[in-house]
Amino acid sequence: MNAQIALLLGQDGMTSGAVYALLALSIVLVFTVTRVLLVPQGEFVTFGAMSMAAMQAGTPLRLAWLVLAVALLRAALRALSVLRQRHGRVSADEAVDPLGWRDLAAPAYALALLLLTRAVPAPALQSLALPLQIALTLALVVPLGPWLYDLCFAPIASAHSLVLLIVSIALHVVLVGIALLMFGAEGARTAPFSDSVLELGSARLQAQTLWVVGVTVGLIGALYLAFEHTLAGKALRATAVSRLGAQLMGISPTAAGRFSFALAAAIGALSGVLIAPITTLYYDSGFLISLKGFVGAVCGGLVSFPLGAAGALGVGLIESFSTFWASAYKEVLVFTLILPVLLWRSLSAGHHDEEHAG
Amino acid sequence: MSATPPSPAVSSATPPAEASAWAARLARPRSAVALLWLLIVLALPLLPAFQITLLNHIGLYALTALGLVLLTGVAGMTSFGQAAFVGLGAYCAAWLTLGAPGGPAWLAPLAASPLLALGVALVLTLAVAALVGGVTLRLSGHFLPLGTICWGLALYAGFGVSEALGSHTGLTGLPALTLGPWNFADAGQMGRLIWAVLGLALLLGHQLLDSRSGRALRALNGGQAMAASMGVPVLRSKLLAFVLAALLACVSGWLYAFEQRFVSPAPFSLGAGIDLLFMVLIGGAGHLWGAVAGAALVTLTRDVLQDWLPGLLGQGGNYEAIVFGALVIVLMHKAPQGLWGGLVQRWPRLGSAGRVATDLRAAAGGAAATSEPQPLPRRALPERGALVLDVRGITRRFGGLVANHDISFQLHAGEILAVIGPNGAGKSTLFNQISGVDTPSAGEVRFLGASTVGWSPARMAAAGLARTFQHVKLLPSMSVLENVALGAHLRGRAGLLRQALHLDRAEEARLLAEARRQLARVGLADWADRPAGSLALGQQRLLEIARALCANPSVLLLDEPAAGLRLQEKQALAALLRRLREEGLAVLLVEHDMDFLMTLADRVVVIVFGEKLAEGLPAEVQRHPGVLQAYLGSDL
Repeated sequence: MNAQIALLLGQDGMTSGAVYALLALSIVLVFTVTRVLLVPQGEFVTFGAMSMAAMQAGTPLRLAWLVLAVALLRAALRALSVLRQRHGRVSADEAVDPLGWRDLAAPAYALALLLLTRAVPAPALQSLALPLQIALTLALVVPLGPWLYDLCFAPIASAHSLVLLIVSIALHVVLVGIALLMFGAEGARTAPFSDSVLELGSARLQAQTLWVVGVTVGLIGALYLAFEHTLAGKALRATAVSRLGAQLMGISPTAAGRFSFALAAAIGALSGVLIAPITTLYYDSGFLISLKGFVGAVCGGLVSFPLGAAGALGVGLIESFSTFWASAYKEVLVFTLILPVLLWRSLSAGHHDEEHAG
Repeated sequence: MSATPPSPAVSSATPPAEASAWAARLARPRSAVALLWLLIVLALPLLPAFQITLLNHIGLYALTALGLVLLTGVAGMTSFGQAAFVGLGAYCAAWLTLGAPGGPAWLAPLAASPLLALGVALVLTLAVAALVGGVTLRLSGHFLPLGTICWGLALYAGFGVSEALGSHTGLTGLPALTLGPWNFADAGQMGRLIWAVLGLALLLGHQLLDSRSGRALRALNGGQAMAASMGVPVLRSKLLAFVLAALLACVSGWLYAFEQRFVSPAPFSLGAGIDLLFMVLIGGAGHLWGAVAGAALVTLTRDVLQDWLPGLLGQGGNYEAIVFGALVIVLMHKAPQGLWGGLVQRWPRLGSAGRVATDLRAAAGGAAATSEPQPLPRRALPERGALVLDVRGITRRFGGLVANHDISFQLHAGEILAVIGPNGAGKSTLFNQISGVDTPSAGEVRFLGASTVGWSPARMAAAGLARTFQHVKLLPSMSVLENVALGAHLRGRAGLLRQALHLDRAEEARLLAEARRQLARVGLADWADRPAGSLALGQQRLLEIARALCANPSVLLLDEPAAGLRLQEKQALAALLRRLREEGLAVLLVEHDMDFLMTLADRVVVIVFGEKLAEGLPAEVQRHPGVLQAYLGSDL
């Protein structure tokens, strides 16, 4: 291996590492706020990437159907719970707000999106400016986060964390199944943000790499500022420290959970958009990508943001360099790597944490 | 998750004469199940080929799922990597029986013996499971499933790229399985073997759960602090559940290899591991039979779905994954007990089918006083008046907060010492340090002359310290008797194998008899067979005391034992504690009820704001100006 190859591999590793770091960040965020290990994080990545690819290939945006379906299901379940309340079948502390016009907002939004994507001819979407394509992708994927939280996690928010994990895995399985229906089994790749290549001495730097690293750093910075200096960010942090305590201070844990899921969906979709020009993604690629984010997050014990991000960067680099030395064993290496990390955490943990439900 | 519904309440009211009739009735389902099983095993080869294949798959899945029930429903952990353990078993079987192609020459002789291959597979599985479990189980509950996901992915990828294991095409051309005189060449014969092994595993599983170690495993699900304070080695028990589950998966894989006669990586993917977990959840994770129910239901439904859904919705989709995933989400919301759990709720006798042995023995023990088992050996109590517990200047800091500051007192055998203090005075912190749950920042606790620095709660329990909890910690779905017997965990000696084979019955009878005796002592004899969750709070506190007494302690730590008791119950409790004092036990209790304490306690220690304010006879303490000020405000 010479310096040039090392530089190339390092560049690759940094790029994917940056994306894993973003995902690790959102995994830690969702976990600390809701106790949910967000396995479907990867599906937000594929949804974002595949929607971009569909737009650029001029094929229909089938994701809009899923968005509408989720919105309708959520509205239907809410109507059901209001009905049950009316028939006195729920206890007082489970009281739900009466139905109102606001409940129509989500289905209306989803319907509008669907009609928009159907009405605009494919070539027009294809020739849409890149920022607008990204905006449309985010508009499709982001609402899925909070709505799926409402459907799957909010009703059992205080259940045993094992139950939450199982629901999370089940949701992942469902979403991957639906992804196969929406996007088909073929892989997809999108056009890079720009084709330019930066010459640094003998090294060539892909512009997309700069985009990925730049957006990651920018996003992490923005998140940091938001958590430190805005009320919503502080509320989220408070919920992460103590659900009950935050609740007593008037912070709704459900709203905090919804917000963290929205952020997770946004970060996931954006990651997908960022890496789609670099790697070919398939309907089920998201899982492996997010799992590498998990490995990173585990380095930080699932609670530390900086350690998690650093771990994810390390995973990217190891993956990239192992491609060079033992390409076939890349996945084996990356996922066996978690064992020493866990061992280190296990030894540094004084005594095991007590499991507690609710 | 392991919700066992209330068993019929009549059991405790049944007069002894009817007991044998009950026993006969309870015995029936068990022999019926055994007969039915024998019938399946015998008749299986007579079925059409397609049904045989289906049954074989159900049996193989159920065997792995059985391990997952032990892990998930019983011990409260989970794994997504069980398919990888199946793969390990299958690949070991295939590779070794084929003469270890591409491997070292000295492995080639193993080809002659499938049983040796099984042995190697089991040893390998044991090692891997111990490694994965060892590095994750000390951490909080999420790391084991994450670790198993990674291990599942890594092994699957490893199968796929290894040349020696035939990469993605796998290994083909396995010989038929021959075990001694028996040949398992056709699917029907293989099916017999699979279902016989499954039956054996179910039987051993039921018997294990119905024994001392089984109670310990179930206790993990109900709070590890409690399990540890009963002397259950928590980490080892968790590891045991994980390793047992992995070994069952490995056996299933070994059978699978000879059933299929070829292995390829596909069936051992992470997706397959998730499917296995879904089977367990759909079938009901709280019951061993849930594994069979889930495996059957999912396999049969998948077969139907694969026929129908593509016709309805078009080709090219993985519809059954969507259906099962959605089903699991709905189940977790609405009916986490699963299919078998639901059946048991409707027909409670199904749930007791696995515990027949306990009920039988319980009934027999009550009826025939002649067969009363020998009492367990008792610990020699320290001489009356001897120093048992010596708390020397312990201080506990949590960051800047000093919860206990330089507290000292002594407790002697045959003495009741009460610790009182306003809320937040640091009494529970003190209790936790004495019982080994927490470690003092400074100072030490000496127990019978030995320093207990660094002792685990289990070690404290073994040394003769038993405790109850301020917030009652028991297993609501287990019977009152079994909950109490948990306290006697350290007094049993039988090993795991003896327990699974039910060779420990004499000892088990003695343990249960001891539990009964202690239950009678606290006045709960009539409630022995009810689920502990059906007791009132005050009774649950008495249950905890009986459980602590079952450990045959020399020191008893009681955290607010009288809270929630009615006057009569309080008087009975005070009488019991006096009797224990007469026997030479040392009792340390935290209590708020002054009337209860003042006539009972020999001495009282008062703690205020983490410091010892006063110590003395109840009457002295009552008049102590500092105490009055702390309790009633200043300037009295």
